[in-house]
Amino acid sequence: MSFLEYAPAPESTAVLNLRDQYGLFIDGEFVDGRGTPFQTISPATEARIATVSNANEADVADAVAAARRAYERTWSRMSGRDRGKYLFRIARLVQERARELAVAESLDNGKPIKESRDVDVPLVAAWFFYYAGWADKLDHAGLGANPRALGVAAQVIPWNFPLLMLAWKIAPALAAGNTVVLKPAETTPLTALIFAEILQQADLPAGVVNIITGAGDTGAALVSHEGVDKVAFTGSTGVGRAIAKQIAGTDKKATLELGGKAANIVFDDAPIDQAIEGIVNGIFFNQGHVCCAGSRLLVQENIHDEVVDRLKSRLSTLRLGDPLDKNTDIGAINSREQLERIRELSDVGVAEGAERWSAPCEIPENGFWYAPTIFTGVQTSSRIAREEIFGPVLSVLTFRTPAEAIAKANNTPYGLSAGIWSDKGSRILAVADQLRAGVIWANTFNRFDPASPFGGYKESGYGREGGRHGLAAYLAPASIGGQGALPRAASHGAVASPSETSTDAAAEPKARRTRATRTTKASTKGSKR
Amino acid sequence: MTGTSLITARERALAVLGGEPDDATLRRYLHGIAGVDAVGLEQRAAGLGTRSIKTTSKQWALDRIIQLIDLTTLEGADTPGKVRSLVAKALVPDPADGTTPRVAAVCVYGDMVPYAVDALGAAHGDPDDGLVSVAAVATAFPSGRASLEIKLADTAEAVAAGADEIDMVIDRGAFLAGRYGLVFDQIAAVKEACRRADGTSASLKVILETGELVTYDNVRRASWLSILAGGDFIKTSTGKVPSAATLPVTLLMLEVVRDWHLATGQRIGVKPAGGIRTSKDAIKYLVTVAETVGEEWLVPHLFRFGASSLLNDVLLQRQKLATSHYSGPDYVTID
Repeated sequence: MSFLEYAPAPESTAVLNLRDQYGLFIDGEFVDGRGTPFQTISPATEARIATVSNANEADVADAVAAARRAYERTWSRMSGRDRGKYLFRIARLVQERARELAVAESLDNGKPIKESRDVDVPLVAAWFFYYAGWADKLDHAGLGANPRALGVAAQVIPWNFPLLMLAWKIAPALAAGNTVVLKPAETTPLTALIFAEILQQADLPAGVVNIITGAGDTGAALVSHEGVDKVAFTGSTGVGRAIAKQIAGTDKKATLELGGKAANIVFDDAPIDQAIEGIVNGIFFNQGHVCCAGSRLLVQENIHDEVVDRLKSRLSTLRLGDPLDKNTDIGAINSREQLERIRELSDVGVAEGAERWSAPCEIPENGFWYAPTIFTGVQTSSRIAREEIFGPVLSVLTFRTPAEAIAKANNTPYGLSAGIWSDKGSRILAVADQLRAGVIWANTFNRFDPASPFGGYKESGYGREGGRHGLAAYLAPASIGGQGALPRAASHGAVASPSETSTDAAAEPKARRTRATRTTKASTKGSKR
Repeated sequence: MTGTSLITARERALAVLGGEPDDATLRRYLHGIAGVDAVGLEQRAAGLGTRSIKTTSKQWALDRIIQLIDLTTLEGADTPGKVRSLVAKALVPDPADGTTPRVAAVCVYGDMVPYAVDALGAAHGDPDDGLVSVAAVATAFPSGRASLEIKLADTAEAVAAGADEIDMVIDRGAFLAGRYGLVFDQIAAVKEACRRADGTSASLKVILETGELVTYDNVRRASWLSILAGGDFIKTSTGKVPSAATLPVTLLMLEVVRDWHLATGQRIGVKPAGGIRTSKDAIKYLVTVAETVGEEWLVPHLFRFGASSLLNDVLLQRQKLATSHYSGPDYVTID
């Protein structure tokens, strides 16, 4: 027998306790949506997983109203310390239910279980733990004393890291004192709905987080709803641009985390074996469905052939197949639509004269799959070197000098991330200084930490998520902040205390006192198990 | 068992180095090899360690681990009786299960070689034929702090007594002082001392003692140096210093072996030794070998485990697979 044909080692789905149908999570409860329900399928088998409600405009309005009520009556009045307690509790529940979440994520998204188990879910817990710690320290967020929450945050997230993107959005929003209406992607709603169950388990006050499912029109209705104070979006540049237009002229704040076409620069003095691993991790992690993926390999011309040869032998050891098998390296492409786009752009690459090489792997009969692919002989003018493919496709380009590497790396409308591989520390620092990208990895790639801000230059979006900077996206300085939030509250017909209807400057000390007097009660609730 | 002949090895080294193997040439060559990023190396090793080896794959792996073990006793208190006991264990690892394969070799101090050879009797020979080899540590093991004459005599004596394999230590002091030429010459001389009167040669395993070289860059250079000088195997450790075999170090040495094979077509063996005590750990090494150099390396001539307590853990796991329940330490024999 061949040892390398490892016997199947599937993660059991017995840990899942899925419902056949899922409603919308509004005001702490699951309710039926009024749009036409849709199915979520496993991209690895095309088998149906569950039927999911579709939120129409009326549902969106209900969710925003619930978030507004929760903001005014509960969440904005609660002490930071107590908000932190809820976040810590959510983080612990995520850890307790880690296996279940990982299996659900791999089932619904198609990503290998080793990634959902070792990367996605641990990072989700880390994000909640990190921002839980911030909740009572907002005075140190860099916005002066007593920064204020913005109000209701509308959050729309993509399908590539469904639960992790949820955590990136919800954790800082709640820590800063906002309430949330979140819409997961149409193809990957499952873990967000299980997360809603976790929120019930955590006894989070009703309406603080509302999760509504649906397609693009639901998302558009949400971000354009007038009750929303803040829009946070992660996804394609096209949709991001549409959102920016939609909210232009309103006082909604926005953070957009959009596409990327990252350069991964390999100098000839790089630690070569680790660079190969980094290139593989950079573009084939999560089937290349990563906005910060290192999709443009810029390799110094004198080591081009060696790098490509080593890369090809390494790719030949990657295992494509069942995402739930613990030995799978490359899972399924998330949807037929995405697969078509990858195929189309790959064909463009061939038509443009680049040379295509795909790893020899057996493609399963059902489901959506694309073998890890490298294009060599790619020119900077090629479409596959300029457009985001969002799949397991690497374009290899060459450079001669550090200056040329920097120029080529920056020659893109995007600017989300970049990688530098060199044994020479001074070169790493000098090159990093001149790259126009929000995140730069040196001798590593695709490493994430809740303490590190993440975001883009140019068409990769604006605003930062993660770290102290990520809090700033959900806060306003005391002197100018809240102007949108509190008067708007009154206009939505909610019950408002006198302090909330007065001007911010006057309200602030009083609101502080109110919060202080409520601390005892809230603490008791917060510590209930 | 025959190793590569010395002349071929020297010619090959001259061709690769492009000059005499003196300090300056070796330094230029060894320091021209790409560096190692410690974080990335350890990350890759950890990733390989997450492979899940189940059912039929696990069965195969457990049997193969036994076939790759150099069952070792290297104590000041070793006696002929202890060596006979070790040999008996090597030949019949599990008396309750006749399907259990034999280990590859027994590894002893040079003066214990005659007792090992005697105890093996007709079962002494090439592990490829289902027989058990005798490996002897030599060259003033474990420190290597002795004159070259003594190291060569140590080696020649063990070979004359019937050792099939010599596990030598490099002069770490000379390596760390940058005297690469001296280390090269000593390995080459020991390789020469491995020759038998009939023209065949004992296989030479070169112990780097990675715990004393400390950095991965040093390990990579010492690996290249040992292979250039004619070693048939590169081995991590003596087992006598606190930091012995680790998965990242073994991965790094396998990468050198892979690159050497690409460059010259010659296959060099790798032996992690010391600290590998559980089946679970040993399986991670098998995975690392298979995914780095290919599974054709998982044979006694190209990969070994230097271990003693590992064998009984593998036997317990083997019994578990056969009976579906765990037994206990009294259901495997001590040697």
